[in-house]
Amino acid sequence: MKLKLKAFGIAKDIIGHRELNIVVPTGSKISDLKKSLIDSYPAFADLASLSFAVEEEYQEDDFSLTENNEVVIIPPVAGG
Amino acid sequence: MQNIDIQLSEAPITSIAAEAHVTNEECGGIVTFVGTARKFTKGKEVVRLEFEAYEPMAIKEMNKIAHQILEKFPAKKVAIHHRTGVVNLKDIAVVISVSCPHRAAAFEACQYAIDTLKQTVPIWKKEIFEDGEIWVAAHP
Repeated sequence: MKLKLKAFGIAKDIIGHRELNIVVPTGSKISDLKKSLIDSYPAFADLASLSFAVEEEYQEDDFSLTENNEVVIIPPVAGG
Repeated sequence: MQNIDIQLSEAPITSIAAEAHVTNEECGGIVTFVGTARKFTKGKEVVRLEFEAYEPMAIKEMNKIAHQILEKFPAKKVAIHHRTGVVNLKDIAVVISVSCPHRAAAFEACQYAIDTLKQTVPIWKKEIFEDGEIWVAAHP
């Protein structure tokens, strides 16, 4: 199934794009996506944390992704 | 909600504007936190900051914090204003203002708000040096 990834902060630098369309196996969870991202871009493994959001909400590792989800990669935040 | 004022923009922000939003006759104490761009970080000289936000979610998360302030503390009004884009040295990156009937709760609520903002709101800060740049907090 297709997903649209959006990357901010250092995640955009690691991927090299603000947005990226990818294909993952049907039934993939956030944890699967995280693993495949780290495989493709090992620099993600060095971050202090790596979170994901779907529909503008943080989602846990066991969140099941669905076709055409827009998944936002959230590296360690640093507001203020 | 009228008791909550959230702003996220490239425009300069001021403590006066945030305090104007939270001032009301039921409250005798307003505490404001102002976060400004600092010149030195771990001995290195910073030239400027650049903030990036996932805007719709950042606004949602700032709203959540404001609601928590009104629920957890005897606060009447909250304003959270944050900059995006380039923030030069001494300029204001964030202002949080909370009004409560009495001062003790206002101090506590304001501290809770800025501590939580730094943990949950999807905003990223880049420190620009003469010879490079770094995304703050990215690495352990």
